[in-house]
Amino acid sequence: MHAPQAPGLFGLLAEFDNPQALVNAADAARRKGYKVMDGYSPFPVEGLREALGKPRTLLPVIVFCGGLTGCLTAFLLQTLTSGGHPREWDAFIPNWFNYRLNIGGRPFFSWQAFVPPIFELTVLFSAFTSLFGMILLNGLPRPHHPLFEVKEFERASSDRFFLCIEATDPLFDIDETHEFLKGLSPITLSEVPQ
Amino acid sequence: MATKEVAKNQADGESLFTGTYNFSTVTSKINDIVLRSTPKGWIFGFLVSFMVLQALLMALTWLIYEGIGTWGVNIPVGWGFDIINFVWWIGIGHAGTLISAILLLFHQKWRTSINRFAEAMTLFAVACAGIYPLAHMGRPWFFYWLLPYPTTMQLWPQFRSPLIWDVFAVSTYATVSLLFWYTGLIPDLSSMRDRAKNRWIKMIYGILCLGWRGAATHWHRYETIYLLLAGISTPLVLSVHTIVSFDFAVGNVPGWHATIFPPYFVAGAIFSGFAMVVTLAAPARLAYGLKDFITDKHMDNMAKVMLATGLMVFYGYGVEAFMAYYSGSPDERGLFLKNRAFGPYGVFYLLLILCNGIIPQLLWFRFFRTNIPWLFVISIVINIGMWLERFVILMSLQRIPWQSSTWGQYCPTVWDITAYVGTFGLFFTLLFLFMRFVPMISAFEMKHMMPESHTHAPGASHAGGSH
Repeated sequence: MHAPQAPGLFGLLAEFDNPQALVNAADAARRKGYKVMDGYSPFPVEGLREALGKPRTLLPVIVFCGGLTGCLTAFLLQTLTSGGHPREWDAFIPNWFNYRLNIGGRPFFSWQAFVPPIFELTVLFSAFTSLFGMILLNGLPRPHHPLFEVKEFERASSDRFFLCIEATDPLFDIDETHEFLKGLSPITLSEVPQ
Repeated sequence: MATKEVAKNQADGESLFTGTYNFSTVTSKINDIVLRSTPKGWIFGFLVSFMVLQALLMALTWLIYEGIGTWGVNIPVGWGFDIINFVWWIGIGHAGTLISAILLLFHQKWRTSINRFAEAMTLFAVACAGIYPLAHMGRPWFFYWLLPYPTTMQLWPQFRSPLIWDVFAVSTYATVSLLFWYTGLIPDLSSMRDRAKNRWIKMIYGILCLGWRGAATHWHRYETIYLLLAGISTPLVLSVHTIVSFDFAVGNVPGWHATIFPPYFVAGAIFSGFAMVVTLAAPARLAYGLKDFITDKHMDNMAKVMLATGLMVFYGYGVEAFMAYYSGSPDERGLFLKNRAFGPYGVFYLLLILCNGIIPQLLWFRFFRTNIPWLFVISIVINIGMWLERFVILMSLQRIPWQSSTWGQYCPTVWDITAYVGTFGLFFTLLFLFMRFVPMISAFEMKHMMPESHTHAPGASHAGGSH
């Protein structure tokens, strides 16, 4: 790995006033070979992830696993506490978990009746996995970030679009990267302190 | 070009935006409502709601001190105002999820400006609904007996009972609605942080938004889970009211034991929920000058949903009557005719047909869908009608159990009524707090919907690229 070219610098931040300019700039930066960079916008911009060359997220798979966990949890909880398992298993299940309740002679393993809680817990676990998975993978909560030092960046949540090439990028060179970003005709171009 | 489009859309009455806005003015128009100093009308509304909330606290305190006998419920009518109001409130909540999740999946763009508001309504309605089953337990401090946990008594919940399903459904629904609402809020909270001038306010919003900075990789994950949450909320909302209807339908009481109950309950929930959204949105958009975002087109669309679901509900009434006749069972027939339609509570049944079946037919006419005062009145009539529906379902059946020696009547006590009125206090208190402290329209989704936000792949034939 290259050492950062400019100590004390987080990266260079270019500001644009419309989403298309940001997509074009990100695309140019990717073609140039930059990798450690990100775009910033007040709303999701279509095609920006592709232009930046970032991979798709694995979140759907993670959320599926979360949902499956909820499904199995509810199934096992209901089956085992209702005594839905074979009697031979009793030896392996603690007494306090084993509560055979004869309701009008219905089978102990009445799985049809277990479906609603299974469904609800599947949904509940998926929802928790979705939100917390998104937060953790995004590296949040992080109330402070070097980008917030740049005055212009306040408008990233309102009406401006930013591209930040970070100093840890192997290709990053303070002068060359500056020149390159300047060639994309941004409204402003700022150095982001570490 | 944009102005021409707006003009054209206005001519079609199709506009989801009126006036000319850009990204910056959309942000300030929505967020500055929160950052401005407190309007006098808000203080008045909040104080009134807060006073009414005290009625709820008083009623609940008295209930807990004195016991469930302060309510009008007894044998044979064990389910009174508590269950009626529980079903009514939770049904109202369903429109919020429908607007935020189902309409998102169907790419209905008009949901954008009302989804935040409707989701907040869902949360607060569920909070009101949740009070009733808890209070009705008699010893509410043992509410945790409903949850599956290892007790020293070695007892577990009876998982074959719809009442336990209800615990799972309603608590999941409340939690998922909260998560979904919060997810939607994150980007707008970050925008509040950036616009706030006061250091403390900035810090509070900065913590609430988790330090959101709108990175492309973050947006990608955000959009992915927003869609996933919408996808799982859609069957969830249907399941919740289905399970609520199971509380009735799984029992063997004539008139409750019907397969029409789940779809008929879900349609009724959406019907009443949209009515409540209209009831709240009509004054709110006027008070906050948001007619440019919540346009007449939105009101028109909501009125159409009310009309459609109202017809489904009306069909449900028809099927109930037909099934009572077609069953051939004297119990079912007698119950329907002698007790529901023309019995001691018959007047409520007829009022219900008027409120839910006949008056909503006015919505076939464009005049009533776009004339906001009329629409407001109709939405209140529907809210009343849906309350009557639950009253009729519960009352006309419970009062005549199988043995005529145990027949009885139900009359709510003053504490039943106080508690019901009090939940409005809770609902509106929370709603006023919501309108004061968070942006009530999803600003980032509004911006995302504007034509200026659309991009095309770089290097495509559109040279120049800016628009």
